[in-house]
Formats: sequence, structure tokens, C-alpha cells
Amino acid sequence: MNTNIVEGEQAHSHGPAKGIGRWLFATNHKDIGTMYLIFSLIMLFVGGAMAFIIRAELFQPGLQLIEPEFFNQMITMHGLIMVFGAVMPAFVGLANWMIPLMIGAPDMALPRLNNLSFWILPFAFLMMLSTLFMEGGGPNFGWTFYAPLSTTYAPPSVTFFIFTVHMMGLSSIMGAINVVVTILNMRAPGMTIMKMPMFCWTWLITAFLLIAVMPVLGGVVTMMLMDIHFGTSFFDAGGGGDPVLFQHVFWFFGHPEVYIMILPSFGVVSEVIPTFARKKLFGYHSMVYAIVAIAVLSFVVWAHHMFTVGMPLAGELFFMYTTMLIAVPTGVKIFNWISTMFKGSMTFEAPMLFALAFVILFTVGGLSGIMLSLASVDFVYHDTYFVVAHFHYVLVPGAIFGIYAAVYYWLPKWSGRMYDESIAKLHFWFSFIGLNLTFFPMHFVGLAGMPRRIPDYPLQFADFNMMISGGAFIFGMSQLIFVYVLFKTMRSGEKAQHLPWEGARGLEWTVATPAPYHTFATPPKVED
Amino acid sequence: MLNHFRVLCMLSCFVPCTAWSAWEVNMTTGVTDTSVAVYDLHMLVFYICVVISVIVFGVMFWSIFHHRKSKGAQSHPFYESTFIEVLWTLVPMIILIAIAVPATSTLVDSYDYSESDIDIQVTGYQWKWRYKYLTEDVDFFSVLTTPDEEIYNKQVKNPNYLLEVDKPLVVPINKKIRFLFTSNDVIHAWWVPALALKKDAIPGFINESWTRINTPGIYRGQCAELCGRNHGFMPIVIKAVTEPEYIEWLAEQEMQKTQLESASQKEWTLAELMTQGETVYKKNCAACHQPTGLGIPPTFPALKGSSIALGPIEKHFDIVFNGQSGTSMAAFGEQLSAVDLAAVITYERNAWGNNAGDKLLPADVAEMSGANK
Amino acid sequence: MKINGRLLKISQPLPLAVICVLMFGFCFLLVPLYSVFCDWTGINGKTSGPYQSKGNEEIILERKVAVQFVSNSNENVSWPFKALEDRVDVHIGEKRQVEFNVNNVTDAMVVAQAVPSVSPSEAAPYLHKIECFCFQQQVLAAGESKNMPLVFFIDPKLPKHITKLTLSYTLFDVTPVVDTTI
Repeated sequence: MNTNIVEGEQAHSHGPAKGIGRWLFATNHKDIGTMYLIFSLIMLFVGGAMAFIIRAELFQPGLQLIEPEFFNQMITMHGLIMVFGAVMPAFVGLANWMIPLMIGAPDMALPRLNNLSFWILPFAFLMMLSTLFMEGGGPNFGWTFYAPLSTTYAPPSVTFFIFTVHMMGLSSIMGAINVVVTILNMRAPGMTIMKMPMFCWTWLITAFLLIAVMPVLGGVVTMMLMDIHFGTSFFDAGGGGDPVLFQHVFWFFGHPEVYIMILPSFGVVSEVIPTFARKKLFGYHSMVYAIVAIAVLSFVVWAHHMFTVGMPLAGELFFMYTTMLIAVPTGVKIFNWISTMFKGSMTFEAPMLFALAFVILFTVGGLSGIMLSLASVDFVYHDTYFVVAHFHYVLVPGAIFGIYAAVYYWLPKWSGRMYDESIAKLHFWFSFIGLNLTFFPMHFVGLAGMPRRIPDYPLQFADFNMMISGGAFIFGMSQLIFVYVLFKTMRSGEKAQHLPWEGARGLEWTVATPAPYHTFATPPKVED
Repeated sequence: MLNHFRVLCMLSCFVPCTAWSAWEVNMTTGVTDTSVAVYDLHMLVFYICVVISVIVFGVMFWSIFHHRKSKGAQSHPFYESTFIEVLWTLVPMIILIAIAVPATSTLVDSYDYSESDIDIQVTGYQWKWRYKYLTEDVDFFSVLTTPDEEIYNKQVKNPNYLLEVDKPLVVPINKKIRFLFTSNDVIHAWWVPALALKKDAIPGFINESWTRINTPGIYRGQCAELCGRNHGFMPIVIKAVTEPEYIEWLAEQEMQKTQLESASQKEWTLAELMTQGETVYKKNCAACHQPTGLGIPPTFPALKGSSIALGPIEKHFDIVFNGQSGTSMAAFGEQLSAVDLAAVITYERNAWGNNAGDKLLPADVAEMSGANK
Repeated sequence: MKINGRLLKISQPLPLAVICVLMFGFCFLLVPLYSVFCDWTGINGKTSGPYQSKGNEEIILERKVAVQFVSNSNENVSWPFKALEDRVDVHIGEKRQVEFNVNNVTDAMVVAQAVPSVSPSEAAPYLHKIECFCFQQQVLAAGESKNMPLVFFIDPKLPKHITKLTLSYTLFDVTPVVDTTI
């Protein structure tokens, strides 16, 4: 792969607009990507602050700091903000920055739609955060907002919560359409679909998942609105409806949603490991089929979130089997990543550290997922901290570490500056230690019998909870190291080499460093 | 020196709570055949996961160590192998099928509809459980009794902190007990780890589950579905006793009912009503209206100085008995006995300086509720 | 029509707009659709509405099934509601009538809706209700105590392993709220 700088890019382009207009009216994929990433980082800290409050209250048994109502608002908002405000926008930001660069396109297919997709988010989240200050408080029914707790028994702010979800959903759907159109229509000549980088593949599939299920979320939330304000009874047995209908419709969205949150991370890891092992990704075709299999299967597993709801035996068995099955393509991916490393020539810069931690810890999360898939044992695990441990393992060292790996990996190309490797490693190690101290003991307290979403707990859970809160503090504070790395890079980072990573391959590395404002005005030729 | 002392003092704050804690890392085998089967399946899957981890991470760590550039490792070009892809698709599938067999049988066993010895209807309320024995005349609420002083750290916490109730569920061992779950308001979930039994309680619908307890003892659980403010404060306590003890308990319940009837006919003094009322208030009302009567306005109005507690007793009674639609105020008419209703209303009217001066007699409760119509 | 000098094809947005409206309507359709699906599969113990005669309900078998009745009230419903018989043992196919009593102890008229639920849920499609007070809303005058009938029979196709089933009714308060603030 030719990694020489493509000259002449700057000759015809004018620079970016000046002032706030550059950002408000941005149509450049790099600018929009940057805005998504900054927004996501801010939301990470907002959600993280809520986690701090939660863990501070759970540091010891008894109610010390906050009342149970506020605690319920904190757990709800922590979930909503992390899922919809931190993880998803971060991946959209990465998609915006990298997809055009990786496929040799000048920009995304629908730049103005792109702008709208982004700008919806700050307003949506402002509205959602403002509900905390409304009478009755913010949403307090968990990020999964089951009815009738979220309909008949919800605080008045629930209407604003519903509108926030509508807005975020709209943003995601439009962004996903953009991704699909860009990838299918704007690849450089010679880049067949099976030559496309894995990050683009994972985003293509993720985009289809988004288009399929975000409308379902919009639907369920509209049904809630109808029940609350317009006298319908979708989820009210008294009017002929069913609270379990809510759960089915929600999780039909909810399960593909968690794959939406992890698939792009798979893509990042598939870019990073080959680079730092100096060896092409093992089993590219299998990896593609595995992602497709995971995406397809993700539509038929949703009721594994509902094993205790009272489904007939046939239903429970079906969902148990499909859920177990989804472990197979996931396992294939793990084995392929390890085969990529094997007999490679590895170095361990920050992106690689995050990617390797991903492989190990996501596997831990996946294995607890297999345990959870067994319906009869799930009767013991369901709604306990065992589940909290599982999903935090797949989301924190899974999705979040994937994002960090991507940022460290591509930051030199984005900014033209190298980050400080030692401090970045510090960020990694403190995060790694912190997250394991936080989430591993959650397996234990969950098995020992601690339910989810409680502000206070019986005494036998006290020791581990103290440890968990300590770990959470370490993990949370370590993210400040990342902010410091970013600042240091932008202010005084060493000038990055044209190819900062020896083993890096891909069209994105052929453009100048930092990447010019407009790239690939003429499509490159892709040979191999 | 002083700093060391200060640190020691701070650290010693952690001592009290460690006194009763245990570093439990696993679920227990429980006390039913189902719970033992579930535990065994859990351990089987766990060990398989451990073996998989050891192999997978072993290869990975070995590779990280040996295939380092700094060690001079060279990159070997191999990028695909259909054979190995098929192999590591099939082998996990086979392992999963092996796990699916016991998983299926334990699940099928939980759907056992053979005749039961005792049927108990369990209803979730915000925030307590109600137990109704369907073939006996036993119907009672089970409410958390951990005092607020312990929750708000004014008193040392007792060993059953947050896991104690006023009236536990009492069942005989070695009998098949069928539970029918429903809810009065939002979705709750009834969970007792020792029985490996967890089922959602859904308003408007019934769910069923069954258990057969092998060992006498007291088993504690908690609500397992977010149901509002006091989701963490509505535990379950089930006491499994021998059959003779169970029959004795049933007889006791019968006797208590009669005693309650006669107690409600008695002429209670204000002082007696106030004492009883305070106990009832602490258990049922203080969580929202606060022990001080100040409430948490606007959601939970203050009772101290309130126009309702000081106004016409009929209106006060109506709200306590029938609840208040559109708010969190539940209908306590079916939850409290005539004695407790009379006592708590009297208490609210006269405590915290309210001094309404009137009292309500248990004998008048039936009249006020219209049950005589 | 022209936008930016280019012809906008009217045929394109119109089908899309129609699809939008249809999907919105689909949300409303979900409730009856879900009920139909639940009836068909027996999921969640939902039982059907009035029994539609199929002409072969004269079959009565030796096999007996115990039917247990459970009564619940939702939320703030304070009207005592109970089954007059806790349990009946019926032959498969035998038509049986039982009664439920609800007593409106309040001073005002109320309207009640009873919602049935069957456990085990797989028995639900086989419990046929010929007449049930749950089919319509029940109006109760102030102080009125009403006995309400249920006439049912069990379908011969009830799975062999089910020997007891529970029919539960939950009473909901559906009294129309009269706005007296005007």
C-alpha cells in the first residue's frame, strides 16, 4: 500500500471558515467528527459525575448523602447519558472522521444532514439534563424505563425525557443513513466491499442496525406519551394493554442497541491490532461474516432480558438458545484477533494497550454473558449486580477502551502532533486497574445476592461495595489524565511523523499529517 | 504523629460495618432441589468459562511475551485458514450444546404444574409484599422493620439490616408451594436466593412459580425490579418450619384475628392509641412523611400542621383509607387493621404539636369505611 | 414543482409520507395485534374475549381440572372484590357458572373493569368464557353490592399435564373523571 503523501490537496482548497460559523454551519466531516468527539467527552464526564454520586452513596451501607428518589434519578441519568451521550456520539464522531478517509471519499454523502444530526444532540441533552431541575425531578425509572413506573407513576418531566429520546433517535437515524449511503456509494475505484477496512464494515452493519431499531425506540416512547397524555392503554392492563408489551418492544430495540455500541469498537480493534503487530488482520472474510451473523442474531435474542417475566417454556428456551448461539461468531472474532497477534512483531504503544485490554476484558464480559444466557440460572442473576458487572465489562473495557484506542491511534493524523506516550500509558494503567477494582467485585456481590438499583444494601455486601467505590474513584479520576494528554498534545505536542505507526496501512495514512481540511478531492486508485 | 493518629481515626470509621460483612464471592447451593440444580449448572458453566479463559488468555499472554518486536520477533505472514475458522466455529458450538442440555432440563423442571400442597398469592405493593394463603383464611402484609435511625446512621445497624420484616411468610418444609405473583401498582419482582426463585410481579397479570423447601430455616430476599423510591426497602423473609409448627402457626393466625376483632371493640384511651399509632406510623408512613411529620414536599406533604391532619376527621380518614388518586399516597384501608388505622390517624392528629385533641376508635373504623353498607 | 431549478418529483415524497402515517397507525394497531398474538400463543396468560362457538362444545370428558379463582384490586380500588367460590373442579367440556361479588362502599358511583389472567399461561387459550363480567365495564352505584357471573368451560385440547389452573381477575377503577373545576 502506497503511503506517500498525496500532494496537491491544499492547492485548490480554501481553509475553514472563521469564527463560530465554522462550527454552527459545519459540513466538513472532520469538523463534525471533532464536535461529536468533544461532545461525547463532555458527556462522559457528566455521566461519570453521576457515577461518582452513586458510588459515593454506596460506599457504605446506610443513606449518607442523598435520598432514594435522587439516587434513582442518578442511576437513570447515568445510564442514559453514557449510552446515548458518550458511547454512541463518540463512535459517530469516529465514523465521521475516519470513514471518508478510509474509503478515499472527499466527505460524507450528506454533509448538511450530518450537521443537523450533530446539532440536535446538544439541545436534546440540555433538555434531558434540565429535567433534573424540574418539579418532581428527572427520570427516575432506570435507563430501561419500564412501564407503568415510567408512565402512570412517572414525574411530570417524563414528557421532556420522551422528547429527548425522539431527538436523539432522529439524530442517530439520520447519521446512520449518511454512513450507509457514503460507504455504499463513495468508495474509491478499486476498493471493493471486501477490501474495505474493518472499521468501515463494522460501521456499515451498525448503521443498518440503527436504521432498523431506533424507530422502534421512537415507537415505544411515543406509545408511552400516548398512555401518559392521551388516555391510551398500551401498557395499562386496566385498558386492555400489557406492561410486558413495553418490555418486548423496548428490548427489541435494546438488544441490537448494545451491539450498536460494541460493533464499531470491534472495528477499531481490527485496525489497531494489525498495525501494532505488524501483521495483516487474520481471517478478514470470517471477520466480516461474523459481524453480519452477530447483527442478524441480535434481532432474535431480546427476551433474554426478560427471563423472569413469565414467558412460556417454548419462548424461554428459544431465547436461551439464540443467546447462546451469538457467542459463536463473537468467539470467532476473539480468536481471529489473537491469531493476528500471534507470530507478529508487537509493540505496546497506548492504542495497542487499550486494544489488548479490550480483547481480554471484553472476553470476560462475554463469558459472564454466556452464564447469563442460561435461563434457569438467570433467575438468580437477573437484576443483580452480576448483570451490572457483565454489561460494564463489555461497555467500559469494551466500547470505551475501543474509543480511547481509536483516539490515541488517529490523533497524530488528526492534529499533526504526537501525544505524550508515557502519560498516555499512565492513563491506560490507572484506568485498567480502576475499572477492574470497580467492576470485578460486582460479580461477587451480585452472586451473593445484591439487587440492582438500590441506594442502600444489607451488611454482607459492605466490604466489596467499599472496594467498588474506591475503584470507581480511581477510574473516574484517571480520565482526567486523558484530558491532560489531549491538552498537552494540542498545546505542545511533538510534531507527528507522516506515518506515526510503522505497521499502519490504509488510505487514511496516505494524506498529509495533520490531515488537510479537504482530502481526496480526487479519488485515489486502490490497487491491492 | 498527629497525622498518623488522624488517619487511624478515619480508618476506624470503617470498622463497624466490617463487623458483619462477609467477603462472599459466590451464590449458595440453597435449600431446594431446584436451587442445588441451578447452583450445579452455574458452577459447570463457570468452570467451562475458566478453562476457556485459561486457554485463550494463555495463548494471548504467551504471544504478547514472545512475539514482541523488542525481543526481535519477526512478523510471519499468515492471514487466513478456512480449516481453523471452521474448527473454532464448531468447537464452541459443541461446547454450547453440551451446556444447553442441563440448562434445558433445569428450565423444564421449573415449569412443573403438578398439584401443589399450598397456594400462596404474592402481591407486590409500593413498597411491601402481601401474602394471601389461598386455602386458609390468612392474608397479611409484610413490611420492612429496620428503623430509620439505623438507615440514617444514627444507630448501629443490626445483622439483618434491611432484611427484616414484621410478619414473615411461614411455610412447611417438604411440601410443594405454588406462588401466584401479581402487583398492585408497578412491576416488582419477588426473589429469594436460597430458593433460586425470582419472578416478576406484574399489575393486572398473574405469574406462577413453585418451590419445595428441604431444610427448615429463615431465608431472606429482596425486591428485584426497580419499583420507585423504596425499591431497596421491601425485603422478603420466608420462614420454613416443620409441618406441626406450620399448623401451629396457622392456628396462631386464627387466634390473632379473633384477638384483633376484640381489640377493635375495646374502648382505647388516647395514650394507648398514640403509642400504637407511633409504631404503625414509623412502619408504614415515616418513609415518606418522615418521622418528624415534615414530609418531603411537594411529593410527600407534611403532616405536621397540615390542614388534613387538623381538619375534619372524615376527610383525614378518607385519604388514609382510600389513598389519593394521582399521587403516591396508597390506600391503606386494606393494608391496616381497624386498630392500626384508628391508632395511626389518632397519632397523626396529635403528634408533633398537632394536638387536634380528637381520637378515632377502632370500633368506628368499620362505620367510617362504609363496610357496613 | 421546482426547487433550486430542479424538478421535484411529487411521486417520491408522497409514498414516503404515507408510510410515515401508516407506521404511526401501526403503533396503535400494536395493542390489538399483541392481544391477538397473546391469545394465539397463550403468552402472558391473556385469555380471549367471548367464546366463539365452533359447534363441538358438547363433548364432556371424564378428566377433571381444578379451576382456582383469585381476585385482586389495582392501586387505589378499595371496593371489596372476591370470588364466591375459591375453587371448582370441573370436567373438561362441562359448562360451569361461578359468581364474583364487588361491593362499592364509597359514596359515589364507580365504574370497574375486571381484567382476567390465567396461570399457567399455556392453559390460557383453553379456558373459554361464554359469559363474563370482564367483557364489559361494570357500573356500580354508591353503596351497591353486585354479584357478577362467569360462565366458562375448558377445551378438550387442554394439555394433559395441566391438572389445575388459576383464573385471576384484577379490578381497575375506570370511572370517568368528571372535571368539576370549570
